[in-house]
Amino acid sequence: MSNLNTVLPPVSERSNILRWMRRNLFGSWYDALLTILGALIAYWAVRGFLTWVFTVAEWEVVSTNMRLLMIGQYPLEHSDRLWVWLGFLVFLSGNSIGIWARRSRFAVVLLLIPALLALFPFGDSPRQWLILLCIAGLVGWGFGRARPDVLKRSVIAGWVISLPVIILLTHGLSESESGFMPIVRTNLWGGLLLTFLLTVVGILFSFPIGVLLALGRRSELPIIRWFSVGYIEIVRGVPLITILFMAQLMLPLFLPTGWTVDRVVRAMVGITLFSAAYLAENVRGGLQAIPRGQFEAAHALGLNGFQTMTFVILPQALRLIIPILVGQFIAVFKDTSLVAIVGLLDLVGIAKTVLAQPEFLGLQREVYAFISLIFWVLSYGMSYLSQQLEERLGVGKR
Amino acid sequence: MRKIFVVLTLFTAFVLALAACGGAAPAPSGETVTVKETVVVTVEVPVAGSPAAPAVVAPAGYGVTLETVKARGNLICGVNSQVPGFGYVDADGNFAGIDVDYCRALAAAIFGDASKVEFRPVTAAERFTALQSGEIDILSRNTTWSLVRDTELGGNFVHTTFYDGQGMMVPADSGLTTLEDLEGGTICVQTGTTTELNLSDVMASLGVSYTPAVFEDADATFAAYAEGRCDAVTTDKSGLVSRRSVLPDPSAHVIMDVTMSKEPLGPMVRHGDDQWFDIAQWTVFAMFAGEEFDITSANVDDVKANATAPEVRRLLGLEGDLGLKLGLTNDFAYNIIKLVGNYEEVYNRNLGPDTPTYIPRGLNSLYTEGGLLYAPPFR
Repeated sequence: MSNLNTVLPPVSERSNILRWMRRNLFGSWYDALLTILGALIAYWAVRGFLTWVFTVAEWEVVSTNMRLLMIGQYPLEHSDRLWVWLGFLVFLSGNSIGIWARRSRFAVVLLLIPALLALFPFGDSPRQWLILLCIAGLVGWGFGRARPDVLKRSVIAGWVISLPVIILLTHGLSESESGFMPIVRTNLWGGLLLTFLLTVVGILFSFPIGVLLALGRRSELPIIRWFSVGYIEIVRGVPLITILFMAQLMLPLFLPTGWTVDRVVRAMVGITLFSAAYLAENVRGGLQAIPRGQFEAAHALGLNGFQTMTFVILPQALRLIIPILVGQFIAVFKDTSLVAIVGLLDLVGIAKTVLAQPEFLGLQREVYAFISLIFWVLSYGMSYLSQQLEERLGVGKR
Repeated sequence: MRKIFVVLTLFTAFVLALAACGGAAPAPSGETVTVKETVVVTVEVPVAGSPAAPAVVAPAGYGVTLETVKARGNLICGVNSQVPGFGYVDADGNFAGIDVDYCRALAAAIFGDASKVEFRPVTAAERFTALQSGEIDILSRNTTWSLVRDTELGGNFVHTTFYDGQGMMVPADSGLTTLEDLEGGTICVQTGTTTELNLSDVMASLGVSYTPAVFEDADATFAAYAEGRCDAVTTDKSGLVSRRSVLPDPSAHVIMDVTMSKEPLGPMVRHGDDQWFDIAQWTVFAMFAGEEFDITSANVDDVKANATAPEVRRLLGLEGDLGLKLGLTNDFAYNIIKLVGNYEEVYNRNLGPDTPTYIPRGLNSLYTEGGLLYAPPFR
């Protein structure tokens, strides 16, 4: 106890892969046994899959039908419009990352994805567009880094108008085939494009409806409360597929002759209304977690009910439920594949169609593996973004 | 407590109402009769001019569909998007298949332009409702013609475009040639289909005992057969052919020369518009007649220039006004053959010997060659 004042340096050990292995994998004889056994099992499990991926699988079915899987029957001569809005989105993302994200490593990785994709054999036109996307993202990122304060407002405005821009560019403007941006009817929308649009519309529209329903359920006015309760419980009691079937099959019978509602719009409305009911309950969970003191404090400050909700309660409640919300959004994304059952050619629908091509009969595994990969990448992307957002907002830390 | 009671009552009422609606959706029989009535009345409104005149029901719809289609500028055709050879989307994003080509022929007959057709993929569950509600003008989606469908579903079947039938596939080296040979064997079959019922009917009447191995979907059924878990597999012959082509060794399997059911597949139109029915019907016949008179898309212009036979001249619109009687132009059959082809060309394009989905013509030959294709005279 004589040298309490001498602070010894921490035991430093040169980090070395061999040493790490000896410590963690082969620490004792049973560790070594377990390690070898585990490695054998992993090898045995993965080997079959890898052999299949690299030698057996005929990926030609995917590369030949890449266009169908991505945009369905959307006319190729108008596909530039889709690239334009994709570029717009990438630019906005780059900008946002530049302004808000702290780690630039993440941004660079994300923005280089188009460049990586360009290495795949997609043909010349998509490759040029992918490189343009990459440039758009990097330029946006650079701007965001350089002038964060100036650009904040315009980026937010950009995100707000992005959905109308996407729909406008995808749908087109002029009736005549030769005019500026001819209309592409929704029966030609398909593949990942349709899945993406159904998801985005479903999420963006169900969110406000869900918040309103959650507030309605806690309302003190009985009619509003009963309506909200009734709506939520009825919709939650019915499977999504039933709602989609109702929208596609029963609705036309109720409408007067000559009235038709676009089939894609019907699916969008169905998904939105369904998801809103689930969101409402998620949001209500968040609202219940806010202590009474917050309401009382807001009242004491002289805020009225609307201001209390908008400025005090909802921001806290929504921050709390980000993980649940993102789970719900991922569920919406995957649920959109149910529209294949009512005859829309979304990613799953178009995959089934591709499987019926006589030259590619019997290649179910390749096609389904590919679309599973797409679903996984996008779902994981959403999940990753939400983790970044949580970290930034300090969820779970304060 | 009272509050809870009220809520519970309301909830029960909602659930009951919902159950009533939900029950109507999937059941194609019973409920649909009322549905049919609604459609007939609504269709007739534009013609009558005022909604207060629903006195004559059936003839009032006459001509409405053609008018609607012409006003819209294209035909909306309900097709399958998942059956090789019959209806699918090729890598360029165009629909293809024999059912799809029929739609093109109909568009050619109406507009003189085979591209004026919008294909709408419909699933088995929604196809009849889509037709009843006017979502589609015609259903051309490998639909089997049967009495119940012809009457209860508010539609009429046009002449059959493909005669299918349930068949049986066995390994070539098994030596099985007749259904009796399958005594005591195992047969792979998809559950919940007419195929399964049909198999048990046929085997019962033959007095052959067998073990059915049932599977939820077609992929699983054929996977089990490929693994040798059953001695034979059964489904419609068109399905057997396309499935055989993807087995590891297609030549090691044979389709028995037995037909266990009648599956006449053809287009379907709504009840109540006989003119539209006639147009759809004679579009099929024009394709048959084209093959019968050896008129193809390649030689139709020559034939038209040099035709002497009166029926050929009438068919191609050089004499008489057959097309006008249908509400079309006189050269409607010429347009069909020129733009889409005769029946043989369409068949060979989709199901012919050069395709992976080859199905021998069999019953789908002209009557002169022992088949069932027989067009009434064009006069």
